[in-house]
Amino acid sequence: MELQTETVPSRTAGTSSRLRPVFSRLGPFFGLVLVMSLFAALLGIKDLSDQLGKQAAEHRVDPHSASGWAAAQACPFEGLNAFISVANIKTVLSQTVIVAIGALGMTMIIVSGGIDLSVGSAVALTSVLGATLLAGGWPSAVVVLMTILAGGLVGLINGALISSLRMMPFIVTLGMMGMGRGLSKWIAGNQTVNVPPGSKINNLMKMEDLDHFLPLPQGVWIALVLAVIMTVVMRQTVFGRYIFAIGSNEATARLCGIRVPLQKMFIYSLAGLFFGCSGLMQLTRLTQGDPSGAVGLELDIIAAVVIGGASLSGGTGSILGSVLGALIIQVLRNGSSLMNWPTFTQEIIIGAVIILAVGLDKLRQSRRNTAG
Amino acid sequence: MIGVQKSFGATCALKNVSFTVSPGEVHALIGENGAGKSTLMRVLSGACQPDGGSIELDGLKFAPTNPLRARRCGIAMIYQELNLAPHLSVEENILLGTEPSTCGWLHRSQRREMAGRALAELHRGSIPLEAPVNSLLIADQQVVEIARALVGHPKVIIMDEPTSSLTTTDAENLFAVIRKLSERGVSVIYISHFLEECQRICHGYTVLRDGESIKSGQMTDTNFSEIIRLMVGREIKEIYPRNPHAVGEPVLELRALRGRNKPRCVSLALRTGEILGIAGLVGAGRTETLRTCFGLDVLESGRVMVFNQDRSKATPASRLAQGIGLLSENRKEEGLMLGLSLADNLTMTRFKPISRWGLIDKHRQEQCALGWMNRLVVRARGPRQTMGELSGGNQQKVAVARLLHHDAKIFLLDEPTRGIDVGSKAQIYRLMDKLASEGRAIVFVSSYLPELLGVCDTIGVMSRGMLSEVRPVASWTEHSLMSAAIGKAENGTSN
Repeated sequence: MELQTETVPSRTAGTSSRLRPVFSRLGPFFGLVLVMSLFAALLGIKDLSDQLGKQAAEHRVDPHSASGWAAAQACPFEGLNAFISVANIKTVLSQTVIVAIGALGMTMIIVSGGIDLSVGSAVALTSVLGATLLAGGWPSAVVVLMTILAGGLVGLINGALISSLRMMPFIVTLGMMGMGRGLSKWIAGNQTVNVPPGSKINNLMKMEDLDHFLPLPQGVWIALVLAVIMTVVMRQTVFGRYIFAIGSNEATARLCGIRVPLQKMFIYSLAGLFFGCSGLMQLTRLTQGDPSGAVGLELDIIAAVVIGGASLSGGTGSILGSVLGALIIQVLRNGSSLMNWPTFTQEIIIGAVIILAVGLDKLRQSRRNTAG
Repeated sequence: MIGVQKSFGATCALKNVSFTVSPGEVHALIGENGAGKSTLMRVLSGACQPDGGSIELDGLKFAPTNPLRARRCGIAMIYQELNLAPHLSVEENILLGTEPSTCGWLHRSQRREMAGRALAELHRGSIPLEAPVNSLLIADQQVVEIARALVGHPKVIIMDEPTSSLTTTDAENLFAVIRKLSERGVSVIYISHFLEECQRICHGYTVLRDGESIKSGQMTDTNFSEIIRLMVGREIKEIYPRNPHAVGEPVLELRALRGRNKPRCVSLALRTGEILGIAGLVGAGRTETLRTCFGLDVLESGRVMVFNQDRSKATPASRLAQGIGLLSENRKEEGLMLGLSLADNLTMTRFKPISRWGLIDKHRQEQCALGWMNRLVVRARGPRQTMGELSGGNQQKVAVARLLHHDAKIFLLDEPTRGIDVGSKAQIYRLMDKLASEGRAIVFVSSYLPELLGVCDTIGVMSRGMLSEVRPVASWTEHSLMSAAIGKAENGTSN
């Protein structure tokens, strides 16, 4: 089949074109750094002006005078310190865990060109199930397993319906959203189910008495390990390539002999396991199963994945990006509450950030297309 | 229209086209695939602007800038595929885009009257105005489409392959409608591959070839043979490789293959070392034959024998496992994953040699891709370059390389040289020749007759979903291939 033994001339690509993929992959990372420094600056300014105001009020000193400035310098930056303190970083990380683990599963689904709206309900369902089983005296290992598997089952049903009836993922998972919510309320008898105190499961997100070598809650480590595993799965495995292939062009995937329905079932089931895992984290964080909790969680997760660079039309996205996206959302929440902004401001800001992140990405893409 | 020109990039789709249509005339526009008929119609209907030449309508210069303006000037277009909104009613479809209204408020009674009148003019007032269009027969849907064209009181109606999806009786009804229109003084430009239809209903004709109008005249002054000669009359310039292929045992047999719509009946036997060409016009069912054979489309009846074993039930995955590879005619939408890297595209069907326990060895994947890139002279920055950034010819080479990487024994190539440059074409011909001399078997579907005659060992012709007898290439000429494709085979099997 050798046509010519001519070697391919490796066109000397400019450094800019070589660095471009690096930049695009680091986009969410820059976003995170930007958001963090922005809040640090905002909090610093707020502290400063608070201090100056206080000084001015207490000592009737002109805030612009040298002595006032010095007094402000001497005072600690309360808000800023709170923001960059180890305790706060721990809090942010542990709050991110639920969204981040969900985002691992959602990344797979979105990269394959699908969507899952039933995550919030699945998380509520699995956490209620876990709490009910714990309250029933089951050993915690079994409960962990059952909780995660229940998430997987929800995903399996989603995947089976989507691939066997060729229904739109949006519709199927929208239906599942309602069903899951109803089911969890039914199991819980329409009220929260408390986990008996002293259960091992409660230790997963415990912030106090942490091991000296691993100074973060166990849940954070679990999320990290899962993220590393998923990165390898998405980038290095045949299954991962199939996920990208289906999302990039389903017709071609079929032509290439990929069993698309089967792969979709795998994708949704595996994602379901992650959502079950999220449910478990929700359970340990609240130490109770709340059937009406985690409402709208799926939107947070989708937002994290999209901020992380995935396209809702499939074919692009990365685990690292999604995890960073989850962190960005959490830092925004955390910073806003330290600024004492009301909840509605947070919501407006997060909404704007989603649009901004995707808009910047589109802008970059269109510039690249016109350049190339 | 006089001396109309249209260029797309480097390819000149229309070079010099001139013809005249008088009022009430039914004018046939005849030409091969790619002769420029569709481009010409797009120019006429205002979908694109000519680069040179002029169009006159009733003695006035006519330069439509968009389809709506052309429609207002009295040019109506009926496309090959029906353009109806299936869920809307007959009445709504007829008036779509021209609804009588005041400030967006629709006048119900006026609408009914207008739509009813249009149908009555076609003597098809029996079609219920309220019925949703998708509940009608195909022929009635076509009537609705024509009625929609009539509402604007057009001077010229352009029909692009209107009978390709009709049965014989439905086509007869359409002809009656066309005669009716002609009597009313409406001119019809009738584009069709089927010459006998043109001869029956058209008064004048123009033959297009390679973007030029070759000849215009009266239908009564000519015959099939002359028209076909005018259509294909070109010299073979390209040089095709021709090494003797040792043709051996049959590896793929299709027996009375029948799909859901097309193909209707296809039987062939492909042997090792053979390049079997399938000629035919667009819409004859060639692509569907390959897709049905590959398990992408539903097999209604018939058998597929692979290596002398009955393998009729199949999915693309099982066909690939049997050593059959399909190259899609639609490179962008089906053939390749443009968003993924070259290496991923190339190795997608067979990860086995470059992975272990489901883990892909990226280095080996790149080496493997580089090997194929060198052998097929794919020009790219590297194996990790995104597929969409490559040129058409290089994309096609990667699509072929995927089949080679899969180590397919039977190749189903659907228009492998469409839309690629001459250099890449020549490389693909050489590659096919080499594959055949290695004992692999190839089914080669193409609309371009010289390449079929230049590359194939045997050729069959598809027409209206049926495949003719497969005969050695020496017994075919461009003339006889075109006759068979048009449905006017020498043995008189046309209906």
